[in-house]
Amino acid sequence: MHQLTQFFDSLFLAELFKGLSVTGKYLFKKKITVQYPEEKTPQSFRFRGLHAQRRYANGEERCIACKLCEAICPALAISIESEQREDGTRRTKSYDIDLTKCIFCGFCEESCPVDSIVETRIFEYYGEERGDLLMTKEKLLAVGDKYEAQIAADRAQDAPYR
Amino acid sequence: MLDLILSIYKIPVINILVKIIVIMVPLLLTVAYFTYAERKVIGYMQVRIGPNRVGPRGWLQPIADAMKLMFKEIIFPSDANKVLFTIAPTLAIATALAAWAVVPFGSELVLADINVALLYILAMTSIGVYGIILAGWSSNSKYAIMSTLRTAAQVVSYEIAMGFALVGVVMAARSLNIGDIVEGQSSSIWGWYMWPLLPLFVIYFISGVAETNRAPFDVAEGESEIVAGFHVEYSGILFAIFFLAEYANMILISIMAALMFMGGWLSPFEGVSALGLGDSFLAGSSIIWLLAKTAIFMFLFLWFRATFPRYRYDQIMRLGWKVFIPITIVWIYVVGLMYYLELAPWFIKG
Repeated sequence: MHQLTQFFDSLFLAELFKGLSVTGKYLFKKKITVQYPEEKTPQSFRFRGLHAQRRYANGEERCIACKLCEAICPALAISIESEQREDGTRRTKSYDIDLTKCIFCGFCEESCPVDSIVETRIFEYYGEERGDLLMTKEKLLAVGDKYEAQIAADRAQDAPYR
Repeated sequence: MLDLILSIYKIPVINILVKIIVIMVPLLLTVAYFTYAERKVIGYMQVRIGPNRVGPRGWLQPIADAMKLMFKEIIFPSDANKVLFTIAPTLAIATALAAWAVVPFGSELVLADINVALLYILAMTSIGVYGIILAGWSSNSKYAIMSTLRTAAQVVSYEIAMGFALVGVVMAARSLNIGDIVEGQSSSIWGWYMWPLLPLFVIYFISGVAETNRAPFDVAEGESEIVAGFHVEYSGILFAIFFLAEYANMILISIMAALMFMGGWLSPFEGVSALGLGDSFLAGSSIIWLLAKTAIFMFLFLWFRATFPRYRYDQIMRLGWKVFIPITIVWIYVVGLMYYLELAPWFIKG
């Protein structure tokens, strides 16, 4: 009996019609496409995009050149050179992130003891020439200065979970 | 002035050329917008919206695609046979378009009203396969030759099933002329050959899908295993021509299904007096009905592609040889029996 029903099912293409009915129903379903440049999906406050370096409220840069980020970076994208400043504190001479190497894992941000290097929500950036995606200390600080309000708000929102 | 134009139009060569243009231009436009419809319909079935950037709602997308392909470079693979490499798409498109010469669009609307129209169409679609075979061979690429082998075997097997399915139609209509076949289905919707020849109708259309190498029988293209099959080495306008030929063939299969099984330009409301349509537009036969019926089959092509996974190669062969051909042969006997019993309204001896 089972064999017989199976034979007729395959002869009358029962399963194929079932498949057709599924796609037929989906034809009239509401479409879920997000029209990207005009519409955007919501972002998490933990979004890991373009890097930035932060400053304290008094304008002093946070980074103390501990090089933990350089050590933990799995893609070896960060390279730091440090020196002693006149006031005796250790600061970075250069702080470069090669965004073409970076895998946006967020380990640098995790490892930073002073919340200096952070990843922002910015993901729509590009480089027109080679080297444009090589972030120097100046560029990173500029990003940080520009988006400090957003960065601080995101950190505050994440703080209870840390 | 009008007289002059009319006298020029009466020159046989000009007359035929004008008719060819009148068929070709709408056909090629249909092909262009069929590709758009395909992307839209499949998109909708996958819960996305498909192309909508070029022009309002994406209506200019096929134009943009055509322009892009036209200006792209044609790359000849090293060691490819250049002559055959260019002849192959030409052969594919030439046969795909030539088949349209005998397709009637109304009882009087036909370019070449020949008595062996059905054989001519079968012949043209068969020669078209040589385009694919030549393309695969001349590309000097292992993927292309692989696809050629598959196509050759697949098309040969399905052509038999398709031919047998059409034998049923010819038996019912007692003519190879497509116009006569359509006239044989007149009287009412029950006069259409799809009712007595239902299995042949289904087999014809499925074989048609296999003939045109469309999903789920698109092993010739088989993106996941042989990249793009026979046209893997083609680019630019040569690739576009293959595309054009494939879609023209799909429309041909659709219009043939409409003509031979669904009464072509005959109205489905023909002979139904209860609806009170009288002699109104809906009850009369017109090209609109033919195009509407064709559109149903064209949509089926897209629906199939969005639904079914590709058949495995041995399954295709099994389906063709061990399912379709036996069913068609049995049904040809059944048609003979129906003919003997003079089953109305299809088999009345005239």
